[in-house]
Amino acid sequence: MLSRKSSNGSAAPAVLLAIVLLLLVGSTLYFHIAKTWWFPPAITPVGHEIDQQFFLTFIITGIVFVLAQIALAWLVFRYRDHGQKAKFVRGNHSLEVIWTTITLVVFVALGVMAARAWGEVHFGGPQPGALQVEVTGLQFQWEFRYAGTDGKFGRINAKDIDASVGNPLGLDANDPASKDDIVSPDLYLPVNTPIELMLRSQDVIHSFFVRELRIKQDCVPGIIIPVHFEVEKTGDFEVTCNQLCGLGHYHMHAILHVMSQADFEQWEKKQEAQNAQ
Amino acid sequence: MSAHVSPIHHSEAPKGFIRHYIFSLDHKIIGTQYILLGLSAVTIGMILSMIVRLHLVWPNAHIWGFANGIVSPEDYLRVITMHGTLMVFFVLTTVPQSGFGNYFLPIQIGAPDMAFPTLNMLSFWTTFLALLVLLASAFVPGGAAIGGWTAYAPLSALGQVAGPGQGLGQTLWVVSIALFCGGSLMSAINFLGTTIDLRTKGLSLMRMPLTVWGWFITACLALLAFGVLLAACILLLLDRLAQTSFFIPSDLSVSGVLQHHAGGSPLLWQHLFWFFGHPEVYIAILPAMGIISHVLSTFSRKPVFGYKAMVYSLTAIGFLSFAVWGHHMFISGMNPYSALAFSILTLVIGVPSAIKTFNWLGTLWGGTIRFTAAMLFAIGFVSLFVTGGLSGIFLAQPALDLYLHDTSYVIGHFHLIMGVAAIFAMFAASYYWFPKMFGRMMNEHLGKIHFWCTFVGVYCIFMPMHYLGYVGEARRYASTESVNFMMALHPVNKFISFAAFFTATAQLLFYWNFFWSIKHGKPAERNPWHATTLEWSVATPVPHDNFAGDYPTVYRGPYEYSIPGAADDFVPQHLAPDEVVKAG
Amino acid sequence: MPMPHLTATDEIEIIGAGGGAKPPAGSGGGDDSRRGGSSANPQRVYVTGITIAMGGILMFFMALVSAFIVRKGLGGDWIPFAMPRILWLDTAILLVSSGTLVHARRLFKRGDRPGFRHWWLVTTILGLLFLAGQFIAWRQMVAAGFYLASNASNSFFYVLTAAHGLHLLGGIAALLFVGWGRLRKLTLSTGTEIVSYYWHFLDGLWVFLFLLLLLGR
Repeated sequence: MLSRKSSNGSAAPAVLLAIVLLLLVGSTLYFHIAKTWWFPPAITPVGHEIDQQFFLTFIITGIVFVLAQIALAWLVFRYRDHGQKAKFVRGNHSLEVIWTTITLVVFVALGVMAARAWGEVHFGGPQPGALQVEVTGLQFQWEFRYAGTDGKFGRINAKDIDASVGNPLGLDANDPASKDDIVSPDLYLPVNTPIELMLRSQDVIHSFFVRELRIKQDCVPGIIIPVHFEVEKTGDFEVTCNQLCGLGHYHMHAILHVMSQADFEQWEKKQEAQNAQ
Repeated sequence: MSAHVSPIHHSEAPKGFIRHYIFSLDHKIIGTQYILLGLSAVTIGMILSMIVRLHLVWPNAHIWGFANGIVSPEDYLRVITMHGTLMVFFVLTTVPQSGFGNYFLPIQIGAPDMAFPTLNMLSFWTTFLALLVLLASAFVPGGAAIGGWTAYAPLSALGQVAGPGQGLGQTLWVVSIALFCGGSLMSAINFLGTTIDLRTKGLSLMRMPLTVWGWFITACLALLAFGVLLAACILLLLDRLAQTSFFIPSDLSVSGVLQHHAGGSPLLWQHLFWFFGHPEVYIAILPAMGIISHVLSTFSRKPVFGYKAMVYSLTAIGFLSFAVWGHHMFISGMNPYSALAFSILTLVIGVPSAIKTFNWLGTLWGGTIRFTAAMLFAIGFVSLFVTGGLSGIFLAQPALDLYLHDTSYVIGHFHLIMGVAAIFAMFAASYYWFPKMFGRMMNEHLGKIHFWCTFVGVYCIFMPMHYLGYVGEARRYASTESVNFMMALHPVNKFISFAAFFTATAQLLFYWNFFWSIKHGKPAERNPWHATTLEWSVATPVPHDNFAGDYPTVYRGPYEYSIPGAADDFVPQHLAPDEVVKAG
Repeated sequence: MPMPHLTATDEIEIIGAGGGAKPPAGSGGGDDSRRGGSSANPQRVYVTGITIAMGGILMFFMALVSAFIVRKGLGGDWIPFAMPRILWLDTAILLVSSGTLVHARRLFKRGDRPGFRHWWLVTTILGLLFLAGQFIAWRQMVAAGFYLASNASNSFFYVLTAAHGLHLLGGIAALLFVGWGRLRKLTLSTGTEIVSYYWHFLDGLWVFLFLLLLLGR
C-alpha cells in the first residue's frame, strides 16, 4: 500500500531499474558495435545499398533507443518518492507539437530514403542479355532450371511431374525446347553477369533467400516473380527457404555457387553432356 | 453525491451456482471467466513455447506426450502453430479487452453492467467453444495443424496432402478461428454500445479514463477487423471442404499428386488475413496502452501528461491500423509500388506510438513515483515498447524487411512489442485491480521479485533473437542442422533457452501469488492506491450491479492527482466540488 | 522544460474553491445529462447496438465483395453464369417487404395495433417468400450445371447469396420475436424500430449484391 514506510518509495528499485536499463543499453551497443552476430558481407551492388540504409537506420534508432532508455532510467531514479510533492502538470502543447513533428519528419525521411534500395531490386527490368534461371520451390527442395544451348525454356506440365523418373518439374518430353534444359538442385551463377531469376512454386508458398545477395522473395504458386541482380564475388553461399512450407521446411536447402565465367561455361557444358546421354 | 435510480438492469443477483458463476450475465463474472480462460490458454501456450526452446537446443530430449518421446518436425510445427494461435487469439485478444475490459469498463463509466448482458454471456461461451475446438484439433487423426498461426494458403487450403495435420486438424483450426471471430464481434458490439450510451452523468468523452478509451477504440477495430477474418475463414473452409478455388491456383502438384483447383490466389488470403491481422496487433496493444497510462498516472501521483494527445494518438493508431496491412507482405510478390505506400504509412503509424511514449515519460517527469509491483510492470512496459517499437522501424522499410522478414528478428520484434508488452500490461492490471476484484491485496514483495525476474528474463530471451536475425536465422525451423550458418548459432539459442526456462519458472511466482492471495491476501481497503477513477468509489467486493442503484455523478477528469490547494494528493472523479477537502 | 498549464479557473473547477456544488461542468456537451445509469431513455442502447452490428456486418460483406473483385480481376478462368431469372422477382419481393414494413410501423405509431400486426405479418411472409425464391434460384443454378465449385463466379454467387440469406433468416427471426414473442426489457416501439433498420439494411445490401453479381458475373 502507499504508506511511506513501505519500500514503494525507496531508492532500491529505482537504482535496480537504472542498472538493468543501463545494462540493456550497454550490451545492445556492445553487440552492435562489436558486430558479434552480424550480417555476412554483401555480394551485390544493391546489397551494399541496403547495408547503407541499415547503417543509417541503426544510427537513428540507436540514438533514440539510448536516449529513451536512459531518460526512463533517469526519470524513475530522479522522481522516486522521497517525500517530495509531485508537480501538477497536465501537459504541454508546444512540446507535443515539437515531438510529433520531429518524429514524423525523421520517420518519413527514413522511409523515403529506403525507397531507393527497394526500387533498385524491384522496379527496373532485367538488363539485356541477363542470364535467366528459373527457380522452382517444391516440398521440400529447390530446382534450378537453365534454358540450355537453345536459350529457350521448354514447356512444363503439372501432370508430367514425376520425381521417380527424374522429372521433378514436369518437363514436357514432346517439346523440343525442353530437351536441352538443365535442371540442377543447386544454383550455379557466373560472377559479374546480370542475372534474372524467375521464381515459381509448384505446390505451396516457399521463399528464396540468400543472405549475401540481400534478396528474399516468396515463390508463390500460380505466378512467376522475377528478381535481378549481379554478383560481384565468387564463392559458395547457402540458399534457404524462409516461408513455412510444411514439415520439411527446415531442410529445404541448396547451395549457390558463384563461379568465374569460364568455370560456369564449363559447368554448363558438362550438364548438357549429361543431358545428351 | 446525487442518486440516480436506473430503470434498467437494476436487479438482484441470481441465486443458483450455475446462474451465478457459469451462465452468468454479470459483467464481472464474465470478465473473470475471460481472465481464467486466458490464464488457461497462456499456461498451455507457455508450456508449448518451452517445448519449442527445449527441442531447438536438445532435439533428442525425451518429452512426455510425443510419439516415442521425440518431437518430430511436424510436431514442432504443430507446437508453434498452437502456441501462436493460443497466444494471439485466446490471450492477447481476450484478456486485456474482454477480461479486464468487461470487468472494469462498466464500473469506470458508472454503469450497472454492459449494455447487452445476454450477448456478453454468448460472447464468452462462443469464445470458450472456440478454445475447445482448437484444443480438440490436437487429438484428431493427423494431429493439429502445422500451417502457422497465419495459415497461409495454399498450405492451409490443400488438405491432408500438404502435410500431416493439414487435414482435420487444420479444418478445426479454421472453425475455431471463425467461432472466435463471432465471439469477438458480439463482444465489440457490447463494448461500443456500453461506452456510447451508458456513461454516467458528467462523464463526457474527454473525462473518460484512458483505459476506457483504449477499450473503446479496440472495440471499433475488432468490429471492423473480425468480420473480414470471418469472411476469409469461410472462403478457406470452402476451399478445403467444397473444392472451390478462392486461394488455390491451377496446376498444383503436391508430392506428385495433381490438384483439381483452378485460378485461385494465395495472395488473396494474405490480403484478407493481414487486413484483419494488423488491426489485431493493435487490438492486443491498445487496451494495454490504456492500462499503462492509468497505472503510471496513479503511481506517479500526477495527471497523465497530455491526456488529449493520448486520446488523439489512440484514435490515430486505430484509423491508420487499417492502412498498413501490406507491410506484412513486402516479400510476398505484392506490387512493389504499393509496398512503398504501405511502408510510409507504417512509419507514420509510428508517430502516434512515439507520442504515447513521450507522454508516458512526461507523466513520470516531476512525479512522486511509487514502486508498487503494478508500477514496475508499467515502467517495464515503456522500456519494452521503446525497444520493440524501434526494431519495427527496420521492418517498416521494405528494403530492410527484405533481409529480416521471416527471420528470428521478426520473432524478437513482435514478441517484445505485442506479446511481452501486452503481457506486462496484464500483469500491471492484475496487481493494480486485484484488490478490487477479490477484496484482498496481492503480495507486493513476491510481485516485485516476479517483475525483476520477468523483466530481465524477457530481454535475455528476445534481444538475442534480433541478433540471430542479423545472421539470417529463419523462423519456424524445426532444426538448424541443414544450414551451416544457423548451426553456428547454437550457443546463442542455448542461452535463449536457458533464459526462457528461467523466465517461465519465475511465472510460478505469479500463479502462486494470484491464487494464494484470493484466499489469504491482506484484506484490501476500498481505495488502496488512492486512485481517482470510479472503480475505487464502489465497495469491495463490488456489488452485483456495481452502484446498488446509486449512480455517481462525475465532476472532473480521470487523473486529478496532486492538485495544488487540495488536501489529499488525489481528487476522485465522483467527489462533488464542495466535498473536496482543501489544504490548510 | 514544460510549464504547468494550471490556471486559476482550472483549480476552481477541480476542487470547487469558488462556487459550491456546481452541476458537472458540461465540457462534454449537453447530451451528457441523458446518459448513464441515469439514462433518460434506456432503449437507446438497442438502437446503438443494431447500428454498430450493421457496421460489422457491412465489413463482413465488403470483405467478400473485395475478394470477389480481386478474384475476378485475376482473369483467366472466370466463366460467367446465367443469373436465375427468379432473382428479379425476389428482388421485387424484398423491396416490397421494405414498403410493407414502413407501413406497419406507421400504423404502429398511430396506435393501430391490429393493422400493425397485419402488415408486420405480411412483411414476415414476404421475407420467407424471398428465401424460398433464393432456394429456387439455387436449384435453377444446379439444374443449369453451375455448382458451387464449378467456377469462382459460381462460388461467389453461392457464398454471397447464402451469407445474405442467413442474415435475412436472422431478420425473419427478429420480426417473429418482436411481433409475437414475449418482450421484456425491449419495448415494442424500440423493437419495431431496430428490426426495421436491420431489414432495410438487408434490403439495400441485397440490391447492392444483386447488382454486383448481375454486372460482375
